[in-house]
Amino acid sequence: MDETVAEYIRRTVLKIPRDEIKTMLQKWGFLSETQLQTINFHQIKENISQDVVQLCEENSADIKQAAVLDIIYNHIYPNKRVWSVYQMNKAGEETEFFDLTDFKKTFKRRLRSALKNVTINFREYEDNAIWIRIAWGTPYTKPNQYKTSYVVYHSQTPYVFVSASVLKSNLPLLCQALVVASNYHDIREMELRSHSLNSLKDIVFKRYSQNFQTYYPRPLQERNVAPESADLRIIQENKNEKERIERVNREVFGDGPQPKLEFAQYKLETMFKSDPEMDVLDKREPFRCLVKFSSPHLLEALKSLAPAGMADAPLSPLLTCIPQKARNYFKIREKKGFFPGSFVSP
Amino acid sequence: LVGSDEGLQQKLAEAILREKKNFKISIHLATSLPLPSERDHLRPRIDLIAFMIDIKSKYSLKNVEASLAHVDASFFLGKVCFLVTGVGRVNYCSVEMNAIWKLGEVYCSPVLFCELELEGIRVATAQRLLRMLQICAGHVPGVSALSFGSLMRNSADD
Repeated sequence: MDETVAEYIRRTVLKIPRDEIKTMLQKWGFLSETQLQTINFHQIKENISQDVVQLCEENSADIKQAAVLDIIYNHIYPNKRVWSVYQMNKAGEETEFFDLTDFKKTFKRRLRSALKNVTINFREYEDNAIWIRIAWGTPYTKPNQYKTSYVVYHSQTPYVFVSASVLKSNLPLLCQALVVASNYHDIREMELRSHSLNSLKDIVFKRYSQNFQTYYPRPLQERNVAPESADLRIIQENKNEKERIERVNREVFGDGPQPKLEFAQYKLETMFKSDPEMDVLDKREPFRCLVKFSSPHLLEALKSLAPAGMADAPLSPLLTCIPQKARNYFKIREKKGFFPGSFVSP
Repeated sequence: LVGSDEGLQQKLAEAILREKKNFKISIHLATSLPLPSERDHLRPRIDLIAFMIDIKSKYSLKNVEASLAHVDASFFLGKVCFLVTGVGRVNYCSVEMNAIWKLGEVYCSPVLFCELELEGIRVATAQRLLRMLQICAGHVPGVSALSFGSLMRNSADD
């Protein structure tokens, strides 16, 4: 077995949390159940990975099998990578029957014709998701298995989720291969990025709870979320306002959990509005600035701003439109009728 | 208690109620003033207004400033005080200290800095507020709200 393959398998196993290693190896299916029995999964990971490599030696693993293990790992832990969303467009309305084998063949052929040194692996999952793993090389060097891009394509949709690696220069090639293989005309990058692949899917497939009126109005008891203060000497004066905030929040954000995004970025190219007497910025040039909101869970944080007393409800539509517009990168220009450059100011 | 952080308000109110006292007290929690007029007839006389400002939130300051405009002038003779929280987290301060001092000066009212998230300070603040409340309600003979208020302000300037 190739030394690089051995090392690659060893490092991949080391990434897996110890309690999950056995299950993942079983999913992989490359080592037999009897072989797996011989490994002590309670020892330290270093030793487990050595044992695994040993067994892979016996089975003469090659890079293809190692790549499959990597795909499985990334499928279970997609949140370790940053994913961008691309949308493909067809000119006409022809709905051609999707042929998986054709797709794979064309994709490989297209990619390889431009760049010979690539490792390409596919794995299909339920919900029509095709996972593609690409390890990039250069015209003169073998593919670097540690510099991989991942593509998740749902064949029944025009959406592709891409986790590129550091080699951004290969992106156009990747996009072209995708478009050709899937019989579309072109592809564009949406301004939507996050670590949470499932949340991105939720947003583009509209699987999150949207702000439509619920059919059954909630019973009154349920609505009163705050526990009635046991002490009658404490009186809440603004109960109505609190209820209004809850209602507005629910209307805007819906009832369910929000998709998980880590940031929203607004690039402002608007004119600086100052006191005419202050005379700042004589030249009538757009004042460029970048506003970035970041959070472990941005949308939930925004949802809780008004109830926590940190902002007025309703929030600025610039913030609340994120799931509907399926984007978290915005450019705001001084255009009449477009977004007025006014923000909520928490 | 007027402020935008309801959780903290509730905790402070409970701390105040836990203190030993020999008079009846009722605490009204509001996010802003004016108070809703529907309950005017149910409300007893208000003896003390404590405005809560979180130094980490410009929003809470703006909220308090807007509410101050609705307070009758007579309250500013010792029946108003400002509680400022969040001073411990220097990195997250978004309200200038000058703004706070100015607020106290302009409205002739004492400014108390208290990290209400800490239970010990909460209890101490509750005790202080109760003491002030007693005076403002006229329960302490010989000391009026105004005299106490000026006493507090002078000691702060030193």
